[in-house]
Amino acid sequence: MGAYFSEIFQGLWSLFVGLGITFKEFFKPVVTMPYPYETIEMPARYRGHVELIEDEEGKPKCIVCMACQRACPSDCITLDGEKPEGSKKKVLTSYQLDFTRCSLCGSCVEACNFDALTFSKEYNLASTRKEDFYFDLLKRLEDRNS
Amino acid sequence: MSKPIELRPDETFVVNVGPQHPATHGVLRVKMRMDGEYIVEAETVIGYIHRMHEKMGELKTYPQFLMNLSRMDYLGAMGYCHGHVLCVEKAAGIEVPERAEYIRVIMVELNRIASHLFWFGAFVMDLGGFSPLMYALQDREYILDMMESVTGSRLTYCYFRFGGLYNDIDDEFIAAARRFIPRMRKSMAKYEKLVTGNVIFRKRLEGNAFLSKEVCRKYGASSAVARGSGINFDVRKNEPYSVYPEFNFDIPVFHECDSLARYNVRMAEIEQSLRIVEQALDKLPDGPIMPAKAPKIIKPNAGDYYQAVETARGSFGVRLVSDGGKTPYRLKLRSPTYSNMHLFDETCTGMMIMDALAFMGSLDLVIPEIDR
Repeated sequence: MGAYFSEIFQGLWSLFVGLGITFKEFFKPVVTMPYPYETIEMPARYRGHVELIEDEEGKPKCIVCMACQRACPSDCITLDGEKPEGSKKKVLTSYQLDFTRCSLCGSCVEACNFDALTFSKEYNLASTRKEDFYFDLLKRLEDRNS
Repeated sequence: MSKPIELRPDETFVVNVGPQHPATHGVLRVKMRMDGEYIVEAETVIGYIHRMHEKMGELKTYPQFLMNLSRMDYLGAMGYCHGHVLCVEKAAGIEVPERAEYIRVIMVELNRIASHLFWFGAFVMDLGGFSPLMYALQDREYILDMMESVTGSRLTYCYFRFGGLYNDIDDEFIAAARRFIPRMRKSMAKYEKLVTGNVIFRKRLEGNAFLSKEVCRKYGASSAVARGSGINFDVRKNEPYSVYPEFNFDIPVFHECDSLARYNVRMAEIEQSLRIVEQALDKLPDGPIMPAKAPKIIKPNAGDYYQAVETARGSFGVRLVSDGGKTPYRLKLRSPTYSNMHLFDETCTGMMIMDALAFMGSLDLVIPEIDR
């Protein structure tokens, strides 16, 4: 009989200890954020999808060496370039990123020896259409400059 | 009018738990033949999230396959990457700078704490307590924020490289990690009061799912499942790798063999991981994080290599058979949860379904890691 009552007492005690802890938490500062009304800034090293870097003239720094394309484990980068007449260097004519296959590993940025690629800070990338994730990075660069 | 169904006294029925069921924490399916509320026979069915990681390992070059490892176990990704890079470094004979190895250990241990915290929250929620999950996630969030500021992502890190690291940690990270340790210890005291000391919780788990040493050995169980049954095995102590021999830490072992013992092991492991992080931060040497001559193309010598590491879920092994080419000839990934899960079929026979689900929670299953 004594054991029966002691068990009831222990159960009640556990309940009140638990309630006490939750009650204390009630007065602690709020740690959550009312997203999407407020958003946090991504840290400096955040790895979003890749983005081209421009030189002083606003042209992409990329010299079409194809290192990023070879490094990509998922074949999501397609780029093309041509040599303008009288020039020794290749000029980038298209840079397509298939974001549907990208897993944000950053191998392309690491493979780039010319400091021509960086990570963007974008993370609000939800869409119902697949086509929204085929990025034309050259066009994005032009849009950014205009 | 149809006749009502008449059940024979010995009639059994089959319950499918999963593949989409909150208690299985993923796409695990358990076919249970039930006699009322008691399990007569259970069969785990896996393979719903099989992604051919081992085959991908054979097709991709070593650096290309690197990020696959963090997709195996989304809660404790660092440990898996550690095993893979150590194995390839051993095969290719790459020297790792000491600072890089220290940072690796800090990251792996912090990740282990994050993984255990998530398990703790989910496990208590399986048993019906909701608020511990919220507190555990809040603590875990501090770790994820720290990790994100260094590695650039929150779960699938892809931080380790062959020979070193992707980038160095800064003073901000070190300060955040130092702030985190006392905060976590305070939280552990809170969990001790709120959950471990709770009579309802203890009554539920004491004596639940007895796992003998023999069963653990038979199935090759590791991590808290084996250590909760009195088997003192931890790869960090038994087959030391990386810079672990330089740290002073204990391996918590409990002999009760029940779900509460497995719970106690993991909670004690959090404290041990905190100790390792503390010592590693104190001893952190200066220097480079990548070797001066890191090879661009990895081509290990032909041979058969194996490296085991202790991840949050147990002993993870990478077996690499190289023919001297740019891609492995064979890459076998030994997943700890796969062995831990197979205990379930044998042990849950004769248990009540609610006890079996509590038992499943105590095994800490991560399904993408079983299926690979």
